[in-house]
Amino acid sequence: MDPLADLDMTRRGLLMGTAATVALTVGSLPMPARAATGEPAPQPVASPVTATVSFTVNGTAHDLALDTRTTLLDALREHLHLTGPKKGCDHGQCGACTVIVDGRRINSCLSLAVMHQGDRITTIEGLGTPDKLHPMQAAFVKHDGYQCGYCTPGQICSAVAVLKEIEDGIPSHATADLTARPRLTADELRERMSGNICRCGAYSNIVDAITEVAGREA
Amino acid sequence: MRPFSYERARTPADAAAAAARTPGAKFIAGGTNLLDLMKLEIETPPHLIDVNGLSLDTVAPTPDGGLRIGALVRNTDLAADDRVRRDYGLLSRALLAGASGQLRNKATTAGNLLQRTRCPYFYDTAQPCNKRQPGSGCAAIGGFSRQLAVIGGSEACIATHPSDMAVAMRALDATVETVRPDGATRGIPIAEFHRLPGDTPHIETALEPGELITAVTLPKPLGGRHIYRKVRDRASYAFALVAVGAILQPDGSGRVALGGVAHKPWRVEAAEAELPRGAKAAAAALLAGAKPTPENAFKLPLVERTLAAVLAQAKG
Repeated sequence: MDPLADLDMTRRGLLMGTAATVALTVGSLPMPARAATGEPAPQPVASPVTATVSFTVNGTAHDLALDTRTTLLDALREHLHLTGPKKGCDHGQCGACTVIVDGRRINSCLSLAVMHQGDRITTIEGLGTPDKLHPMQAAFVKHDGYQCGYCTPGQICSAVAVLKEIEDGIPSHATADLTARPRLTADELRERMSGNICRCGAYSNIVDAITEVAGREA
Repeated sequence: MRPFSYERARTPADAAAAAARTPGAKFIAGGTNLLDLMKLEIETPPHLIDVNGLSLDTVAPTPDGGLRIGALVRNTDLAADDRVRRDYGLLSRALLAGASGQLRNKATTAGNLLQRTRCPYFYDTAQPCNKRQPGSGCAAIGGFSRQLAVIGGSEACIATHPSDMAVAMRALDATVETVRPDGATRGIPIAEFHRLPGDTPHIETALEPGELITAVTLPKPLGGRHIYRKVRDRASYAFALVAVGAILQPDGSGRVALGGVAHKPWRVEAAEAELPRGAKAAAAALLAGAKPTPENAFKLPLVERTLAAVLAQAKG
């Protein structure tokens, strides 16, 4: 038996236990301050609400019954066990959770799973496999576009979508002429990738990796 | 996050009626701001009404030569629309200066208008905040206020409106179209849509409970040079310290609106008469009556200098 697999199960079990404890603790907190917007006072829902949703992930259809609070990121990681999308900040600031939904990159942490009825979702697991890497994955390896690797699945999903956005003629803050097609420059790539933070600072190698894939596809 | 029930609305009128039925219910579209605030329990709606299925996602010409932008048009699509890029460049530029590619793919036109302040004291539930908890006080006044408002604030609140898009909408004289729970529709001029804080900073817009934004309309194009210049702490993906949105004509006349300085996109039509006299005169008129804190007084000269750069770019 692989001792690491055993260790992983133990760690996962510990994390799940911790999460349950946290949930109980939060449930016993006093009522929070109401974010008033001039509306009548909300009547709090006392207990969790479950809803169903069906979507496709990496080509496989899934029907799920989920607590309405479940984010797409948590549905992917905790329910479908696709742990490629990472939980970094959980507030849309770091991009580690980036996945591609119906061809567009989004922060899966800032989207409710139940809002993805009928959607086609692609995670890093759906782009390539260890035996058959996606060209962007291969380019990140070749150019050392990562160090610790935690932000990498999000970086790669984002990078694949960025090239599509440029191909589709979507402008960016770095686009000099709004009425012309955006060009594929380092400035464009840096601006378009700004929603993916890398604490190791692999940015210049990431730009090199994306540039190579763009050149290959051009 | 607090538990909530969830439904998918079928028509705008149904959505508004559903909101009126459930006190505290919220519409959700892109969700990029609302879910962030729900995770922190700053927003605690007991019920969410998903409006993404309402078919309000097209940009169409209006009979008077303008554009009607559906409430659900994503920021990415609005910025990339050929007509917007050609005739309302200021709007494209402002959208592209905001958030990240991922967020712009989800964020909607209506949601962008309704996003809430990023004042650090609004976000910190351990601190008093009149916007988050009316009557609790304002920790920002006398606190860390570098990012906060320099004009239009009150003793109750010095938060800023975070949107770039709304600054462009204000300069373009957009109109916000809505439907109310009784099915009645109305158009709210953008100048009257966002409110100053006064002593009710928790009431941020002219919307009534349950009222749903269906579209934002733009008058016919103005021509001229469209420039959006945003000054921030990093080159991309940060909120504005100061932003200047301007439409400038060859004769030196024009329009200008500011972001990052007030509780709403800041435009003073009378100040625009000063534009031909240069940035110093125009900025002074725009910011007359400003009450900065010691930490954010730098924004006053920053507005003047940013406006000077914009005016120079328009001539170049």
